[in-house]
Amino acid sequence: MVNRAQPVKSGSGIIAAALVAALIFATLAAVFMRAEHGTGFTRADYSVLRFTLVQATLSAVISVALAVPVARALARRRFFGRGILITVMGAPFILPVIVAVLGLLAVFGRAGWLNQITGFIGLPPVQIYGLHGVVLAHVFFNLPLATRLILQAWQEIPAERFRLAAQLGFGPRAMFRQIEYPLLRRVVPGALAVIFALCLSSFAVALTLGGGPRATTIELAIYQAFRFDFDLARAALLSLTQLGLTILAALMVLQSAGATAFDSGPGRAVRRWDGKNLTAKLFDMACIALAAVFLMLPLAAVILAGLRTLPDVAGLMLWPVLISLSIALISTAILLLLALPMAVATALGRGAGLLETAGLLGLAASPLVIGTGLFILIRPIANPTALALPVTALVNAVMALPFALRILIPRAREVIRRHGRLALSLGMAGGPFIRRILLPRMRPQIGFAAGLSAALSMGDLGVIALFADPDFATLPLQIYRLMGAYRMADAAGAALMLLFLSLTIFWLFDRGGRWHAEA
Amino acid sequence: MKYSVFAAGILSATAIMADTPELTVYTYDSFVSDWGPGPQVEQAFEEICACDLKLVGVEDGAALLARIRLEGAHTDADIMLGIDTNLMSAARETGLFAPHNVTTEFDLPVAWEDPVFLPYDWGYFAFVHNAGEDAPANFRALAASDKTILIEDPRSSTPGLGLLMWVKAAYGDEAPAIWEGLSDNIVTVTKGWSEAYGLFLEGEADMVLSYTTSPAYHLIAESDASKAAAAFDEGHYMQVELAAKLAATDQPELAGQFLEFIVSDAFQSIIPTTNWMYPVRVPKAGLPAGFNGLIQPEKSLLLPADEAAALKNKALDEWLTALSR
Repeated sequence: MVNRAQPVKSGSGIIAAALVAALIFATLAAVFMRAEHGTGFTRADYSVLRFTLVQATLSAVISVALAVPVARALARRRFFGRGILITVMGAPFILPVIVAVLGLLAVFGRAGWLNQITGFIGLPPVQIYGLHGVVLAHVFFNLPLATRLILQAWQEIPAERFRLAAQLGFGPRAMFRQIEYPLLRRVVPGALAVIFALCLSSFAVALTLGGGPRATTIELAIYQAFRFDFDLARAALLSLTQLGLTILAALMVLQSAGATAFDSGPGRAVRRWDGKNLTAKLFDMACIALAAVFLMLPLAAVILAGLRTLPDVAGLMLWPVLISLSIALISTAILLLLALPMAVATALGRGAGLLETAGLLGLAASPLVIGTGLFILIRPIANPTALALPVTALVNAVMALPFALRILIPRAREVIRRHGRLALSLGMAGGPFIRRILLPRMRPQIGFAAGLSAALSMGDLGVIALFADPDFATLPLQIYRLMGAYRMADAAGAALMLLFLSLTIFWLFDRGGRWHAEA
Repeated sequence: MKYSVFAAGILSATAIMADTPELTVYTYDSFVSDWGPGPQVEQAFEEICACDLKLVGVEDGAALLARIRLEGAHTDADIMLGIDTNLMSAARETGLFAPHNVTTEFDLPVAWEDPVFLPYDWGYFAFVHNAGEDAPANFRALAASDKTILIEDPRSSTPGLGLLMWVKAAYGDEAPAIWEGLSDNIVTVTKGWSEAYGLFLEGEADMVLSYTTSPAYHLIAESDASKAAAAFDEGHYMQVELAAKLAATDQPELAGQFLEFIVSDAFQSIIPTTNWMYPVRVPKAGLPAGFNGLIQPEKSLLLPADEAAALKNKALDEWLTALSR
């Protein structure tokens, strides 16, 4: 694909990637420059590093391993409520951390539903706190994401492939070798990299479910260096370590990604002939049911906890909802402006690994360091508080970028492969190609990426806490404020509201992208 | 976008400057929230000051001090309100704060004299549990019992740091042994107070590290008498929350007036049912009814600020070692 004339150029994508990298490294540099004194690594940091790596690796591997059969089942089965299920399954990913943790504990905690059942039938209680609890929580957050990414790849297999496979009478083994394995090689490394990066900077979840200081992650050390020791050099050094680990992991994993793309067909609706026997059906049903139960029960707990107080708090939350919605929409716009050119540039192949790694930076850098760095950079020019809205939207967009790239890149690659030559021979390049060919064909992926980004932005506390003034509170911030004022029940009501809004906005974008398309 | 916001900022700033002076107070986020003291404090002070009181919320006490250190001598803050004694030494070392010049009698269980840091409320740390359950009478009894507890991490939370100092103040060199004894009672360690208290209300543990005044919230705001604080006979560590004037303030007189205001009846009577802490001067009307039934520790523990700062790293190492086993 390299060195061939292409209907689009990679320039704007490279610029977007450079901007993202510049933003991350400028904030880091700003924190470094502002530092007065500093302690380097201590001996205790190595066990922190080890725990961080172990939990992030386990979380990423298990999330993706479980997502494969679930995505396959969802790809080859059609049943009533499938679309809703896929949307709602994404909910854990967009909830504020503390709300999701409370939901998880309502099911798996010491006094949770699971232990009430085991207690009833006389089994010893299940202990959730520990490394397995951390991994369980991270799988809860990331299984939906991994499933959606793999499911999307599955849906991009051209219908002709399945037709051909059926005509040749492929059994499950041949099916796996010829179709599924190449597909997984293409999508799994990217999913692993994103989830690894996400879990690497986990802090509150890891600490709470880890059961004590053994479960200390780098992000906690950064927080401590910042807040209690005001050791900016150490905070920046630790953040750099976090970045380094992510880049290393990303390069390693993305290196192993297969570049095999499927030959394209005319894009007709997919029909499946495989997996018709009873064992396959039962297996798929079990996968879907188990994933649904695992993801839905904690959500049910969140909903039950919030129902009672929702009417009381709804009125108080009008402003925060509007502010959160504006941030989500601005953030989504910024995201698409960054992600689309980057996806196209990556699809063209030159420096693809670097571009994708630049996209991961936003997730790998400590939010605290980015926020503080931006604060230091903005303050000499303008009042940071006055810029709270655009800054929060920008940071949210950069953090959602890795997810958007994972969604957009495979499709961009395919569209350019399939239509590039024809378009060029017709003298169609640049703007017309983008408007008439590329964007319309990427609509489902753009919708999904936009929905995910908007929902993530809605639910994320982000850097708003660093910049906020009292009249400018987002919905997640109000939820934390309610909790900080003993009002846990009201916070549950507000959290339910957030859940509902985030899912709605996600559904609108996602559905909008797939309008008139089989999904 | 940036320029219009910037311009709007300048315009509104000049508009305010023309009419009334502005006093900027940096505080922690829960102070400024709709449910905290902020809105009432703002109204009460603006009634007497002919000024605009601007409250800026910065997460928690530690983040607050970090923010002021980040802004340094050019900070926009005129007043910092919301650090506790564990952060006082670090705050003093910055040299960013000026004497308060307020003389008043405090209703504190310990003597307080500091030229720079002025207390505005205080409380005792305590383990809160469900009323009606028997509670241990000290840390040793707690360690020996099978009671489960939730605590906050001293590396990320001011109550967590308070607990660290509590054990250190009560047991000194025996603190590591106490922590080792407690390690099997600790269900988990959380990032902050909200997480720990939320988990406690979900039933994840028998007790949670909070304040002796926590049951008063449930009683007054929710008419719920189901929570109680356990009285420990080795004494309870205090959290004294402090305000100070920035040396670089461009509103020294207004800042002085605000510091007088925070020890006055108007401010002090807002504190109990919004911040759920004790006022440093009991208002003329007395404390709200729900505060009367609270446990009264026989002994109040509070390490002098410099001693607390000197002990912190050692205490933290002991804590980490004991709980990482």
